[in-house]
Amino acid sequence: MNLSDDRAWEAIRGDFPILDQQVNGHPIIYFDNAATSQKPRSVIDTLTRYYECDNSNVHRGLHELSNRATEAYEGARTRLAAYLGATDGEIVFTRGTTEAINLVARAWGDQNIGRGDVILLTEMEHHSNLVPWQLLARRRGATLRFVPVTPDGLLDLSNLDALLDGAKIFSFVHISNSLGTINPAAELCARARRAGVVTLVDAAQSAGHLPVDVRALGCDFLALSGHKMCGPTGIGALYGRREILEGMEPFHGGGEMIASVQFQESQFKPAPHRFEAGTPAIAQSIGLGAAADYLDAMGRDRIFEHDRDLARQAVAVLEDIPGVRILGPRDERAGLVSFVMESAHAHDVVSMADQYGLALRGGHHCTQPLLRKLGVPASCRASFYFYNTPAEVERMGEILRKIHAFFA
Amino acid sequence: MNLEELYQEIILDHSKRPRNFGPLPDATVTVKGDNPSCGDEVELAVKLSPDRIEALKFTGQGCAICMASASLMTVKMKGRSRTEAADMAHAFREMLVAQEPPEPPANFGDLQVFSAVRRFPQRVKCATLAWRALEQALSAPEAGPVSTEESRD
Repeated sequence: MNLSDDRAWEAIRGDFPILDQQVNGHPIIYFDNAATSQKPRSVIDTLTRYYECDNSNVHRGLHELSNRATEAYEGARTRLAAYLGATDGEIVFTRGTTEAINLVARAWGDQNIGRGDVILLTEMEHHSNLVPWQLLARRRGATLRFVPVTPDGLLDLSNLDALLDGAKIFSFVHISNSLGTINPAAELCARARRAGVVTLVDAAQSAGHLPVDVRALGCDFLALSGHKMCGPTGIGALYGRREILEGMEPFHGGGEMIASVQFQESQFKPAPHRFEAGTPAIAQSIGLGAAADYLDAMGRDRIFEHDRDLARQAVAVLEDIPGVRILGPRDERAGLVSFVMESAHAHDVVSMADQYGLALRGGHHCTQPLLRKLGVPASCRASFYFYNTPAEVERMGEILRKIHAFFA
Repeated sequence: MNLEELYQEIILDHSKRPRNFGPLPDATVTVKGDNPSCGDEVELAVKLSPDRIEALKFTGQGCAICMASASLMTVKMKGRSRTEAADMAHAFREMLVAQEPPEPPANFGDLQVFSAVRRFPQRVKCATLAWRALEQALSAPEAGPVSTEESRD
């Protein structure tokens, strides 16, 4: 499928029923993809089919439906493992990126982090890759250290080796949700590995937008959210390198994760099931597998190029509007653009854009410390996906000009 | 009503040229308010006598609705008795959040333009921030900052 071909475009947008609607009297322009993506028909149908035909609990059932549900659930794990270049045993289903990071901070962190130990993060982390480590540091008496961010929104790596020195884990975002910065994840992992530091890559914004292969990245952990990559909400995954995952204590306790239970103690299943207590999000996992199928059929390298082209176009369109300041790197950004308008606060801009059917996001994007450092109380963000079009970006420019004229 | 109608003259005017904006050196009470979800910040300084608001000014930054609401509030509250001000602050919040809002008091005047904010639920916090700070200044100034998100350590 050639993404520049008009008929192919129609076909792609036709896969997303939600895009065929008007909002406030205008055709919807959905530019809030970094918050959550829309879902293709194939994912929606997978959920429906599961509930209509196969719904049952997994693993313990001795009947036909349970066998089907178990097969589909474990099949989704295999699918996601293939999607990330991992093996089945290295994929733990979680509720999303946030739970995946909390799992590591608890199950790995409590075991490996002690008083005075250093946890290395960056200044551009989403709260989900900051707060779990703050909680761990508070529990264990550890210290947080941060790779600084330059004024143009890149990681300042000039002191990375010194920052890595003595650190136990380096957890960093692959693509910044508020700046669009693409961090050199493979290089960061390699340098951390040389320093003997465990790595976690927050792939929430990258897993659905570009090819992500855990062996090529060389990370120990990787966390992702299904709903940002065409999958359902309530499902995500943690990749953990086999050796490290197998050595970890459980996260939550309960059914499904045990081998045997006595009154005083229990034995646990091996990874990954050891980390999946209780009935899992079965339908959502299967839906996530369908999303992986959809994205691979589309081609993640082409998705990346398309998103990036829209971001380049958006930068050009925005630079043409008086009083607009664009945050983040000038070149080489992922498919999202954050900006502030001199004439109007982000919330005024976003509320007004909604009146034209344009869905943007305004606020701190769950990166309060980063925006504070950049001296911006709140920004507007347009984030793109493969079903967005150059015509929509043009239209955003027209709408923002009207908003500027209104408030200026 | 659409949003452009909400941002009518009075809101745009007060947000671009906020009245009573700046420090109040002889304030007896100051209360900080913030709306962490969008970064709005208002610091309200009030000079209270035993029974009335002698003067009030504010500083801070935020969206047009937040700034206009704070500005118009200072205009409307100056010189009011403490009970009257507390009643009006309560009525203002009721106007935006009550299931069935009562008729606004006769002394509301221009404040009534904010009644339309109830149709944009995400913006209610913006409109009420300064009023929460005022309520706190009147009732429990020693209680510290107010926030639209309750936070506990």
